[in-house]
Amino acid sequence: MVRVKMRGNRTLAEGHSPLAQFEIKTLVPIQIGDINLSFTNSSAFMVATVLAISLFLIVGMRRSALVPGRWQSMVELSYIFIANLIKDTVGSGGRPYFPFIFTVFMFVLFGNLFGMLPYTFTFTSHIVVTFTMALFVFLGVTLIAIAKHKMHFFSFFMPPGVPMYMAPILIPIEIISYLSRPISLSVRLFANMLAGHTLMKVFAGFVFALGVFGIAPWAFIVALTGLEIVIAFLQAYVFTILTCLYLNDALHLH
Amino acid sequence: MPQLDISTFSTQIAWLVITFAALFIIMWRVAVPRISDALEQRQTRMDDNLNKAAEFKKEAEAAIEAYEKSLTEARASAHSVIADVHATIVAETAAKDAELNTQIKAMLSESEASIAKATDQAMSNVRVVAEEVAAAAAERLLGDPVDAAVVSAAVDTATKARN
Repeated sequence: MVRVKMRGNRTLAEGHSPLAQFEIKTLVPIQIGDINLSFTNSSAFMVATVLAISLFLIVGMRRSALVPGRWQSMVELSYIFIANLIKDTVGSGGRPYFPFIFTVFMFVLFGNLFGMLPYTFTFTSHIVVTFTMALFVFLGVTLIAIAKHKMHFFSFFMPPGVPMYMAPILIPIEIISYLSRPISLSVRLFANMLAGHTLMKVFAGFVFALGVFGIAPWAFIVALTGLEIVIAFLQAYVFTILTCLYLNDALHLH
Repeated sequence: MPQLDISTFSTQIAWLVITFAALFIIMWRVAVPRISDALEQRQTRMDDNLNKAAEFKKEAEAAIEAYEKSLTEARASAHSVIADVHATIVAETAAKDAELNTQIKAMLSESEASIAKATDQAMSNVRVVAEEVAAAAAERLLGDPVDAAVVSAAVDTATKARN
């Protein structure tokens, strides 16, 4: 009871804070043992994202016409876009990973785009979510590399053609850069989403505070909304292409 | 900052795993095969049509070739027909020419013969007239009729002398 009351007070206090939009709100409390598995607004938007993607893809391909309509064209376009991305970055060896990479792209893209609707929650603006995905990609890619190249995988940290005396400097650098991949991958997406949404909220606050002159921040928000939609696409693309590049490293090492 | 509230991490991770796994299974089992099937079908259909078009083109080319061949053949046969007709016409003309020539020659010799006959007749008539004239003249000069044989011999010598 006490905790609920505390949370309620804090929500009120931060009601107008630009960070209030990132608040995790429990919708259906679920507790298994000591672990909190409550169905929250974040979970709700994850489920909505999955439903929206499934609807988009499956209903769009329902008739699967020889000459596609607008909807089917969009579905095929997204498919071909990712297929070409994998072909260009990974090559033919990347084909088996297509469903996973397509899932990553659509999940991040729809998550980002859902966040652009008013009163919604952007689950990709939480570092836990992006880091879990990045870590999964990182571990998966590393396991694929080890399974494919066995011990030879560790030659990845010593680029060919480098003189031996450089090894003591180069190998730690390579290892650090390899280990920082999931961090950079997750922080990039999380920070973009966080910064964009916070900025919009801050300027939205100015609209009413400035009265008549609020038209200026208002116009800025209109422009920023367009930019944010571009960023929603761009970050989904960047997340996907980096996943592909890591996969390429795993399959071909250098 | 809500992002740093560790108490919400477990639920976010759990629901991320659940929803992402569900989406992956939907993608892997349903959505991706459907889209790739549709694309593949279109590709095979397009390839099929292209192959068909190539076949039709080949057929059209063969037909054009056959047409041109028959055209040259027809032209050659026309030429030979013309040459044949020309030759027969020439032969016929030559035959007719020759026939006409012989006819003309025959007519010519006939007329020549009739002219000679007429001349002979005229000449013999002249002789008779000359004999009569000579007999009459001699009778008048001598007062006596002259023997016909003498007159005729005299005419003979006279005509011979003239000739």
